[in-house]
Amino acid sequence: MATIAEKILAAHAGRETISPGDFANVSVDVVLANDITGPISIREFHKLGVSRVFDPEKVVMVPDHFIPNKDIASAIQAKALRDFSREQGLVYFETGRAGIEHVLLPEQGLVGPGQVVIGADSHTCTYGALGAFSTGMGSTDIAAAMATGDIWMKVPATIKFVFHGQLRPWVGGKDLILHIIGDIGIDGALYAAMEFHGDAIASLNMDGRFTMANMAIEAGAKAGIFPVDAATEAYVVAHPPKSGARPMLSYTTDSDSDYSRVIEYDAGDIEPNVAFPHLPSNVKPVSQAGTVPIDQVVIGSCTNGRLGDLRIAAEIIRGQTIHPDVRCIVIPGSQRVYGDALDEGLLRVFLDAGAVVSTPTCGPCLGGYMGVLAPGERCLSTTNRNFVGRMGSPQSEVYLAGPAVAAASAIAGRIAGPTGQPSNTQEVTER
Amino acid sequence: MILQGKVHKYGADVDTDAIIPARYLNVSEPALLAEHCMEHIDPEFRQRVSKGDIIVATSNFGCGSSREHAPIAIAACGVSCVIAHSFARIFFRNAIDIGLPLLECPEAVDACEAGDTLEIDLARGEISNRTRGTTCTAKPYPEFMTGIIDAGGLIPYTRRRLGGGHA
Repeated sequence: MATIAEKILAAHAGRETISPGDFANVSVDVVLANDITGPISIREFHKLGVSRVFDPEKVVMVPDHFIPNKDIASAIQAKALRDFSREQGLVYFETGRAGIEHVLLPEQGLVGPGQVVIGADSHTCTYGALGAFSTGMGSTDIAAAMATGDIWMKVPATIKFVFHGQLRPWVGGKDLILHIIGDIGIDGALYAAMEFHGDAIASLNMDGRFTMANMAIEAGAKAGIFPVDAATEAYVVAHPPKSGARPMLSYTTDSDSDYSRVIEYDAGDIEPNVAFPHLPSNVKPVSQAGTVPIDQVVIGSCTNGRLGDLRIAAEIIRGQTIHPDVRCIVIPGSQRVYGDALDEGLLRVFLDAGAVVSTPTCGPCLGGYMGVLAPGERCLSTTNRNFVGRMGSPQSEVYLAGPAVAAASAIAGRIAGPTGQPSNTQEVTER
Repeated sequence: MILQGKVHKYGADVDTDAIIPARYLNVSEPALLAEHCMEHIDPEFRQRVSKGDIIVATSNFGCGSSREHAPIAIAACGVSCVIAHSFARIFFRNAIDIGLPLLECPEAVDACEAGDTLEIDLARGEISNRTRGTTCTAKPYPEFMTGIIDAGGLIPYTRRRLGGGHA
């Protein structure tokens, strides 16, 4: 009897069964690094005394954090990534044909159900939305895995989260995951895998699931996993890899007794949520936010930079104008999302309202560039962290929310929830 | 190995943006990263820290991003060990991987103040507070991990696994 995480790890460790707390070497299907973490992985890889990576088709390099290069130092790092990728023949995505790694890899068909994916980026847990066991590690772990094709892991216990009933209007994946983090705290799932279930989860589109799995790390978790269902299968079929086929290995947890805990919520109780500074667990329903004037809104990131997110934001912003005191920065998460948003007229909606539309980049989420905050400034952002100084000055503040609250706030000039009834944008047709 | 140094004490949830803000991650040289270590939460840390010093914190130290730059910056400041109630998962791996010792020992954390002198016997996990005369023992590492720690980090450990470095 085992959970999804245990079954995937056992299969990759060549074992019949595996239990929480066990240590094992597991083979990896995809190894990932970016322009911040990759240069250290490359430096450490060279110390191993091997000349080639274990399998160039399974090593993926995505420059996305400071891309297009923000300064000479970041250009040197991006060049190191590019040079190594060319030399080794790795899967590499150049600026203009890329995007934020965790938006890009699923849409490129590079990650899928039943896989083990490790990446030198903490939000690698995003691919759990597809039923993969995926987790973030550091650069040296990635260097070792690039050489050997495996990595040591401690098998996590799994916590089951169940959302009964149906979601209220405008409530999405971000609101659910913030609700969980607000409930259990930022180390509430430390070292554990999170599994998501319930009627509200079954009706959540893939973009909402990516958002939830993405922020599992914000509860300290090793992975955030969704069971594979018809929505997953439709997504996988619609996003084939350039060559070969993506595996469709779906696992299910045998029984509730396999979980270390089961935590249940009534989805109908959950409002659009906002995480106040300076922890993602400092969560309040938007109706209790009070009057909080804001200087900037960011809509994008590996958390909420997908087409479904932009559709929700555009629906609220259409025909309105951004508040005169607010800079609104919209960042489609990948070239494909950018193109689709262009074709659907969403970018025109943002431009007409007075927002900036940027090329895909992590940029402001980590205070890198393209929207850094001055002392005393406040930003409402669809990103994933609001630690002290996350988006710039240590005297600035970041508030986290989903795209609906972000869009409504950009218009109101203060933290605000959306009003009226949404159309069917939350039932996104996967592309 | 015996470590000795003065305590720099912090609370819960010291995140990787506090340890090394992301805007400095456009370089990866340890000495350059060390210049900004703890800048957001303790701007005087860089002036105060001496070789061998020990960072002490409560729960969930190193939460947030996967940036290995965080333990690299701490080690490059001369810090010899971090003691906490608990560590965030990725920070824990990263520190072990690069050979920065970490100890989980709530008793030692709660019994010390900033400026105390600690002496640590790493092999025994024994933490002695020379200022207050108290001693306690940290949670031992799982056996699987001692191989990596004894090798001096994941790179020497993996070199050995690969048979001395031949592809």
